Amino acid sequence: MFDGRDPVYLQIADQIRDDVLRGDLAEEQQVMSTTQYATTFRINPATAAKAFAELVDEGVLYKRRGIGMFVATGARERLLAQRRESFFVDVVDPVADQARVLGISLEEVVARLRATRGDRSEAGR
Amino acid sequence: MSGATSDPTRAGADPAARAAADDEVRTTTPEGLGVTARNLTVRYGRTVALGGVDLDVRPGTITGLLGRNGSGKTTLASVVASFQRPSAGAVLVGGEDPWENEALAPHVLLVRESGDVLDDLRVDENVDFFAGARPSFSHEVAGRLLDTFEIDPRTRPRRLSRGKRSALGITLGIAARAPLTILDEVHLGLDAPSRYAFYDALLEDYVAHPRTIVISSHLIDEVERLLEDVLVLDHGTVLLSSDAESLRSQGLAVTGPRAAVERFAAGRRVLGRQALGGTAQVTILGRVDDDAVGAARAAGLELGPVPLQDLFVHLTAGKEQR
Repeated sequence: MFDGRDPVYLQIADQIRDDVLRGDLAEEQQVMSTTQYATTFRINPATAAKAFAELVDEGVLYKRRGIGMFVATGARERLLAQRRESFFVDVVDPVADQARVLGISLEEVVARLRATRGDRSEAGR
Repeated sequence: MSGATSDPTRAGADPAARAAADDEVRTTTPEGLGVTARNLTVRYGRTVALGGVDLDVRPGTITGLLGRNGSGKTTLASVVASFQRPSAGAVLVGGEDPWENEALAPHVLLVRESGDVLDDLRVDENVDFFAGARPSFSHEVAGRLLDTFEIDPRTRPRRLSRGKRSALGITLGIAARAPLTILDEVHLGLDAPSRYAFYDALLEDYVAHPRTIVISSHLIDEVERLLEDVLVLDHGTVLLSSDAESLRSQGLAVTGPRAAVERFAAGRRVLGRQALGGTAQVTILGRVDDDAVGAARAAGLELGPVPLQDLFVHLTAGKEQR
């Protein structure tokens, strides 16, 4: 995105998306209220509300009247699909650009990715 | 803070029920008194403290009133709180003229740096006196905050340190729950832990009892996240009036090779410039569209946020810093 110059509400929305992606927030699980968010993170409740509104628009959260906000069914799948789509544009393309600037061949990049992946999966065992 | 655990009405409450209650509160209670000023002018002899100011404070917001010393913040606060009359123009609080308005007075509270307490009365007597004039006063909140700030209710204000006096003013200011509460530099003399206790207490009570709160402070980086709106005064005029989020996204720090930085900055409003060897950083005011952001990154420039504090310093810096 914009190199950390995102307004606070976008950072909050991203944090909730990440929680849903990682499974820390399960579908149909209740999220903190805007007021709990505000007092916990010491931010204006309108800022938290703006983040929630964005996530409701995206279908990640939904509101049960008088009870609070919940993670929508299918939210994780939708987010995964979105992230997979943007992965190449946001993550891979800049790497390719940088590699070109630095004179690193794509083969070297791929070899590195393979090696890193090998390291990770071995470390994970 | 201690408030969350020592408040018996909150301890053990079902979070879902609390969230629901929070939602109800936010939708059913009037959310405080707004302020409107038109051509507001205040002169002290030949000195113009406020020079024909137009501004709005939205009801129900926490609004930051920022400005350098002598910018007119305190004058604005005292006119709104009806401590003095404007020389010209008008100010309205909740749509009414506040001057000698007995119906409005209990609902508008200005807490100044001095704390505005009665030195002859003990702290607990001050609390009772204050509560008598403020229909929405919460003794429970007052007691809890005196406890948080470690102020002995039986002591007299003149025996309190500067920081504790400020804390007493803050305690009364929050406990009063006035629909328009103005806190003018009330943090002076408070140490960092007490200031954060103040911010926590303010937010906690605000979310439970929404109202209009105007905070004037020089510690912008500490209060900026509490703010929904920001009003910047400079030399008696309104320099900026915006919601805090869009204000924040208006500043951009661009860092990289000097030539590339200068190319990017050309034709934009540059607030500040720094250079170290071949690397330069400029602070830019104004929105930058996504294409320009992409182009900047392709040119090897780093883009970063500009803290509100820096934006404020750049915008209000005198000629000596330009």
